[in-house]
Amino acid sequence: MSRIQNAIIGSVRTAIGWVPAQWLPGGTPDPLIGRNAVIGRQASRLDGPLKVAGKARFAAEIAMDRLSYAALAHSPITRGRITRLDTSAAEAAPGVILVLTHRNMPRLNPLPLISITDLGAVGNSNLPIMQDQVIRYNGQVVALVVAETQEQADHAASLLEIDYAAEEARTSFHDAKATARVPASILIEKNHLSVGDAERELERSAHHVDEVYRTPGQNHNAIEPHAVTVAWEGEALLIHDATQMIAASANAIGKLFGLKKGQVRVVSPFVGGGFGGKGLWDHQIVAVAAARLIGRPLRLALTREGVYRIIGGRTPAEQRVAIGADPEGTFTALVHTGYSIMPPYGACPEQYTLGSRALYRSKSFEVVQRHLDLDIVPNTFMRAPGEAIGSFALESAIDELAHSMAIDPIELRLRNLPERHPTTGVPFSQHALGQAYRDGMKRFGWERRSATPGMRREGEWLIGMGCATGSFPYARMPGANIRLTLRRDSSATLSCSAQEMGMGTATVQTQHAADRLGLPLDAITFELGDSALPAAPFAGGSSQTASLAGAVVAAADKLAGELLRLAGNDSPLAGLRAGQVRLAEGSVVSIDDPNRRESYGSILSRAAREEITVAAAGSPPIEFLKFAIHSTSAVFCELRVSTVTGEIRVDRLLGSFDCGTILNPKTATSQLKGGMIMGLGLALTEETLFDERKGRIMNASLADYHLPTHLDVPAIDVIWTGIPDPRTPLGARGIGEIGITGVAAAVANAVFNATGQRIRDLPITLDKLW
Amino acid sequence: MAIRINGAEVEAPEDARVSLLDLLRERVHLTGTKVGCNQGACGACTVLVDGERVLSCLTLAAQVDGRSVTTIEGLAEAEALHPLQAAFIDHDGFQCGYCTPGQICAAAAMLAEVAAGAPSYVTADLTAERVPLTREEIRERMSGNLCRCGAHNGIVDAILQVAAERAA
Amino acid sequence: MNPVEYRRPATADEALTLTGSAGARLLGGGTNLVDLMRKGVERPSLLADVSGLSSLIEPTEGGGLMIGAAARNSAVAAHPLVRAHYPMLARAILAGASAQIRNMATVGGNLMQRTRCLYFADTAGSRCNKRSPGSGCDALEGFNRYHAILGASGDCIAVHPSDMGVALAALDAQIRILSTGGIRVVPLTEFHRLPGDRPDLETALEPGELIVSIELPPSSVAARSAYRKVRDRASYAFALVSVAAGLAVRDGRVEDVRIAFGGVAPRPWRAFRAEAVLLGRPPTTEAFEEAAEAELQDATPLSGNSFKPNLVRRTMTAVLSELAGDDR
Repeated sequence: MSRIQNAIIGSVRTAIGWVPAQWLPGGTPDPLIGRNAVIGRQASRLDGPLKVAGKARFAAEIAMDRLSYAALAHSPITRGRITRLDTSAAEAAPGVILVLTHRNMPRLNPLPLISITDLGAVGNSNLPIMQDQVIRYNGQVVALVVAETQEQADHAASLLEIDYAAEEARTSFHDAKATARVPASILIEKNHLSVGDAERELERSAHHVDEVYRTPGQNHNAIEPHAVTVAWEGEALLIHDATQMIAASANAIGKLFGLKKGQVRVVSPFVGGGFGGKGLWDHQIVAVAAARLIGRPLRLALTREGVYRIIGGRTPAEQRVAIGADPEGTFTALVHTGYSIMPPYGACPEQYTLGSRALYRSKSFEVVQRHLDLDIVPNTFMRAPGEAIGSFALESAIDELAHSMAIDPIELRLRNLPERHPTTGVPFSQHALGQAYRDGMKRFGWERRSATPGMRREGEWLIGMGCATGSFPYARMPGANIRLTLRRDSSATLSCSAQEMGMGTATVQTQHAADRLGLPLDAITFELGDSALPAAPFAGGSSQTASLAGAVVAAADKLAGELLRLAGNDSPLAGLRAGQVRLAEGSVVSIDDPNRRESYGSILSRAAREEITVAAAGSPPIEFLKFAIHSTSAVFCELRVSTVTGEIRVDRLLGSFDCGTILNPKTATSQLKGGMIMGLGLALTEETLFDERKGRIMNASLADYHLPTHLDVPAIDVIWTGIPDPRTPLGARGIGEIGITGVAAAVANAVFNATGQRIRDLPITLDKLW
Repeated sequence: MAIRINGAEVEAPEDARVSLLDLLRERVHLTGTKVGCNQGACGACTVLVDGERVLSCLTLAAQVDGRSVTTIEGLAEAEALHPLQAAFIDHDGFQCGYCTPGQICAAAAMLAEVAAGAPSYVTADLTAERVPLTREEIRERMSGNLCRCGAHNGIVDAILQVAAERAA
Repeated sequence: MNPVEYRRPATADEALTLTGSAGARLLGGGTNLVDLMRKGVERPSLLADVSGLSSLIEPTEGGGLMIGAAARNSAVAAHPLVRAHYPMLARAILAGASAQIRNMATVGGNLMQRTRCLYFADTAGSRCNKRSPGSGCDALEGFNRYHAILGASGDCIAVHPSDMGVALAALDAQIRILSTGGIRVVPLTEFHRLPGDRPDLETALEPGELIVSIELPPSSVAARSAYRKVRDRASYAFALVSVAAGLAVRDGRVEDVRIAFGGVAPRPWRAFRAEAVLLGRPPTTEAFEEAAEAELQDATPLSGNSFKPNLVRRTMTAVLSELAGDDR
């Protein structure tokens, strides 16, 4: 992001500062807070029966007449050029329909990179896609082979003869640090934050910690590999995709192929896990191009290796955190700097310092991120980008400081909790991290922790406890549209192009709409997953639920107005204006006099209407410029470390969350636990092995990249404060990413408590212990 | 010979490279069986062959010629849900739902293995005729099925519930 | 995957005929071979499915056990005689892979499985002397955390990944191999070749030969035996180090002992030297550690696995200490 953007964001913030809070969205708390009926109740997923029966159809599962199958070929070199390309053997292989290379690939512009200021830009990379013979990273797509069957396509791809001239590539993290770039912004934050003289404060602090923390690359590894089934009918393009950004993808692909709005339809009702990885990458583009050339439907399902080769993961990072404290433990200096990879053709800045800017008071701050430019598949957003690894560094450092000061690490944190956002000074919308800690301590039995490491032993196992803070900012995206149809039988359908990747999108918005419209749950249908529906924002940044909720609020408001208009002068509601009624119990009801009401059925019958449809968009999400809106958590871990082998077994994990209203305890618990389990992987087992000699990922498989198995995952406890956020729709904040934050530090801190060994280098494998 | 898939006979494909997984998904259009890695590392493609759980991605279709295959679509009677399917919904034993059919098929076979007295790596007494079905036993026995959404707790709870119902 | 023909021989003799043809490979459960065919590491033109041949598990006249080569891993681990008399074997099998794979994999195929070296599997981007003799070894200076510290060569440092094989090595298993000339018997400890300068030659099995069964002799230590596997996650991962051991103590001294290691060598590694150190000694921690040192004196740790000797020593000592139990 640019310096200009810094200036714009800064001036908007300044201007917003003058506006009374009640004029902003969320200025008046959502009236549904506190009088919800279905919201906040356990509800099983509405798509559960389809999913458990194997009837939910994913992108690679759409049957089509004359369907063809494609396989990709990837570059085994990292930088250089193709010097010879012989496709004749592949083309002659049985069943082959097309071999697509840079020679016959249609000329296409690069995709614009994902951007905060241009929500239509969705590229994870703006490199040319099979446009020339240049190789820019290892694994780059160099050819696509299409055949009658998958077996034929795979075999033919192995017959391609390609020679390369390799050039020297930039592949060393260490070497690249010498030429690191300092970007002006990290997302919408000014990158370099300097308050006071932190280095000087650090030097003269009574107590301090100053350490470097390293985290490796990781991959999303959704169990469903990326896949598209593509069909052209004339100039109309249908794409069954597995994507977190349905509307924006349709828009971007249409632009790329010169199509008119409405000619591209992206359908993606079920996504087999995304976690940030299921965006727009090269495979959709080459599949669409090939399907057009052959005039037949085409399926391209990436192999697991293919996913590693062309879909970026989380960048490795090296972070320095230094904290100075006075004798009472009050922070006087907080330094958080570091290095991560972000090639100029990538989009993700890995914002690992955001938590350090928002969590604790300090007399001085020095915060800056540096980017390294390597020749790699561009890294991207992966569950809690930045915060997942930033919280490891910050929360390990606080544990180290607490230990050196002989203060309980929770007490040290509580002493430094801020009243207002510590670096911008704006008020929190709602903030109860202290309560989350106190609730969590009690529930977890924190008092059983020995302050001295290595004191608890059972047989060969040393036992330890650790904790850490997690945090994640609230976001609500602009451009959330909803179409709402209410029928005479008091049933309603809400439609938009939202995404379902396991969060329970339709389930929760159905609950929401039931309460918002005052109807029973089974009267509501929520349609999603199709770009032909009104455009919804992408699913990312833990924002989708709030974004959709804002649009549902707007649609319900508009519906109330339309119903009043239809009710006319013969209604008990006559004379009331939109702001004077609410929707409840299947009726429009006067707020001042609840006896003045008329049911939806009555209004529509009298107006001789079968149904009424409104379309609305959520209000611009400027609430977060006026308030600091953050979810926070306290994570507790108890584990065992074998004194024989160094193996670690996590026995207990508790997340105590402060993230607003919990809309559906059942699905929320699952989502929070899911984040925490990914945090266990981050802490203990996951690492993308990048061979710097070659610039190549070597463990591009689920056998060699270790996701946690069932035996690695203990019974996890999840609790929450449940305090509604007065500034957000429904009082809710996002919960998709907060779960992973803090977990790695809680684990590392527990390992220290068990063994006295401080591991600052993830994952904590057994060889790092003894 | 033929392959019996959920009771229906299907001819083995002529191309010997076709895996049981691809036969199911692309030729018989039973897409409930999922492809997660196609290399035996995730369990998403788990089906039952003659009642035993196997990975359909590493099984060539030709290898099961003459044998009986049960997929997630054939686990329950007609349109009803198998008790495990219902328990997975009750305990929210999934999120995205992609690894779910493999988890459920694996769980069905696993309960049969336990009923037959088969031990696992974490069974303390290998010679015991009855294996107590603890959480740890379930976790070890289900470790061949990866889940990235993190539905592990719900899966174990669902299996425990079905096991308890059967014991009752 | 290259086009391939699939055949299912009805008898061992028929299988022998098929294996004689060029490009033929024997197919057991396929859990390794099919994967390697997809990766292009293996390119057979004919698959002879021998998974329907002998899967019998039965006691021998001499008091041992005979296991048909086509017996499934899961069947062996669940067999009452194996559980009662060879617990280390049951435990080793149950430590391997997943339940699904154990249902598919055969005993013969398990022994024939190939290394999981990352560079061996990467046909497109890596050099490997085992896959492509003379091309070089990218593992030597690469990711070699999982690689060998014993028995390796400058040409190849790959390990054999089997868990079951480690227990079989400790149990003095004999492999019965059929050819048109009849049956020959090879001790498991000699079945897998050390790489030397020919890492592509992996086993004693010659073209035109077929493993028909594995024979376990009666053993004084097998009933009191254990297998411990150390890995990067709690389940469903290959061993960094594993130890199979059986111990017999009489009058406070080690009367008999069998020890083998997994995850450290190109073959299931029988620790003969360690056994020799222990025979006749009181089963003390010091003796166990001394025995481990003796076995590891020629160990050659690599850049990525310098932790392994220590891990072997600690794990072996812990396993033997637990087996010694009250006898010390």
